[in-house]
Amino acid sequence: MRTRIGWLGTAAVSALAFGVSVIPATPAAVAQDRLVRIDGSSTVFPVTEAVAEEFQNSTRGRVKVTVGISGTGGGFKKFCRGDTDISNASRPILALEMALARENGVEYFELPICFDAITVAVHKDNTWASSMTVQELKRLWEPEAQGKITLWSQVREGWPEHKIDLFGPGTDSGTFDYFTEAVVGKAKSSRGDFTGSEDDNVLVRGIEGNRYGLGYLPFAYYAENMNRLRAVAIDWEEDEHGPMLPDMDNVVKGLYNPLSRPLFLYVNRTSYETKPWVKQFVDFYLDNAAELAEEVKYLPLPERAYEMARDRLRSGQTGTAFGGVPEVGVSVEEILARQPTQ
Amino acid sequence: MTSIERVIRFRRYQDIGFQVLGASLTVIALLVLGALVLDLAKTGLGRLSWSFLASFPSRKAEQAGIASAIVGSFYVMVVTAFTAIPLGVAAGVYLEEYSRRNWFTAVIEINIANLAGVPSIVYGLMALSLFVYTFGLGESILAGGLTLALLILPIVIVATREALRSIPQHIREAAYAMGATRWQVVRYHLLPYSTGGIATGVIIALSRAIGETAPLITIGALTFIAFLPPTPFSPRPEEDGGGLYGPFEWLDSGFTVLPIQMFNWVSRPGDAFLANAAAAGIVLIVATLGLNALAIVVRNRMRRRIRW
Repeated sequence: MRTRIGWLGTAAVSALAFGVSVIPATPAAVAQDRLVRIDGSSTVFPVTEAVAEEFQNSTRGRVKVTVGISGTGGGFKKFCRGDTDISNASRPILALEMALARENGVEYFELPICFDAITVAVHKDNTWASSMTVQELKRLWEPEAQGKITLWSQVREGWPEHKIDLFGPGTDSGTFDYFTEAVVGKAKSSRGDFTGSEDDNVLVRGIEGNRYGLGYLPFAYYAENMNRLRAVAIDWEEDEHGPMLPDMDNVVKGLYNPLSRPLFLYVNRTSYETKPWVKQFVDFYLDNAAELAEEVKYLPLPERAYEMARDRLRSGQTGTAFGGVPEVGVSVEEILARQPTQ
Repeated sequence: MTSIERVIRFRRYQDIGFQVLGASLTVIALLVLGALVLDLAKTGLGRLSWSFLASFPSRKAEQAGIASAIVGSFYVMVVTAFTAIPLGVAAGVYLEEYSRRNWFTAVIEINIANLAGVPSIVYGLMALSLFVYTFGLGESILAGGLTLALLILPIVIVATREALRSIPQHIREAAYAMGATRWQVVRYHLLPYSTGGIATGVIIALSRAIGETAPLITIGALTFIAFLPPTPFSPRPEEDGGGLYGPFEWLDSGFTVLPIQMFNWVSRPGDAFLANAAAAGIVLIVATLGLNALAIVVRNRMRRRIRW
């Protein structure tokens, strides 16, 4: 009888023992580790993962890199408390988050690292919608369209008089925020009667299986499924050059507007300056971002932009170029040329 | 034919009808489950290999593996088990054998019943502010394990109470009649007799915890981590200070678990990673089935030993 409950007693004792012994011992252990802690947007994750993988290979595991996916907002919450060294962000830092960082004495570098191009996609056999204007997209997606704009013919005359089936990302996603901001003019302002999913693969399958479907998704999901979907060229009335397809050339030259958006890395200044391995990682990131981004189907920045980002680190210019307000359709060179504010 | 015979025949048909209905529903449920497992096996078996189990995550689907996820899941489960079992069993014994029926225990009981039904993400939010920030544990294995321990604590408590309740009252009375104290009754009779039931409940609770994603993502479990927590007493690299790692330093390490790795792979663009997700799913199902099988074995062995 004794032995049979022995394990319960052992469990209780050892639970107590480790509870007591471990907590005081931990801070010292953390300080010694060569660890780069990264968290934030799941959109930026594939790029950072690729860089982290290559970086760990190149240091033969002497520096450890961890990447989480708490989302841009969740990542900033930790970053602005000084809990992480680097934050992945699919939008610039907001005024509230800036205030939190100031409060905790966190200074940061804002570095654009690649583009995402939001792609408007239709079924492979869709013969009519080869291009759309931003105005037409707005008419289709704004809240007032709900229940009213339901036929293709209502978007443009001459298009089929057939019901249009809409697909879009869930309302928690950064893609949703950026698309509504760029097209409707106000973030999160959208019609609600579309098939939404947080999993972009569901959108791909939806559009693929629906001849009269239309949806928008991050470029990488279109690029992986080019044989199943067709991209719609986007014609922005505010520039002169006519409809543009989302592809490497157009995006890198800054012609795919307003639906291409830069993705950012925010780097804690103290980490960058006091932990040599964080500096090593960030420098490695800027040197390899173009190639690795392309490999995971994101779109690299022009080479000049990486040069400007390096300058920013060298000259110690901390802060954001946006002042806490998100903008659409700004070129990366312009973002990097601005004087950032903390 | 008299009316009574007609009624009896009608009842018989009713009986058969219900049997057929029940049997076909069971078959349908099993078919759906079987189809799911088959589909998973078809997609994932090809990816399942030693190198898949032993590699770290990668951007290249063919090179990616689940080493850090398996080890992370294991360590988190160790913390969860070592916390939830003593706490849950002690609470169950107290509530069943010691406490008097008053408003205080009534409140506790209602709370436990409610906690068992709280969505797991709520535990994640609570753990984020309590363990990660207030206690300063960070996004560590310790914080993750404690979070899941909270999650399954109600299940362990309820299982313990059920197991104690199934022990006939006359066992207790006989022991008391021999002059045993309450502690002696618990220690030498009730706990040994109920070990089978408790262990079954604990193992089923653990197999629920091993599949949890949401609360761990909330507290900041990682998605990319290409190293393992430090093994106790293994050498620390010279540039990190040298010497040996302490016995409990792994508790402070960052981690990822199998369901998080799966979730990440399922949501990636392209089909290449789907096979990886399915293969990780097979590993997870095997682990869960293994735990459940263990529960059945333990229960049967314990039952055979007890005769009253």
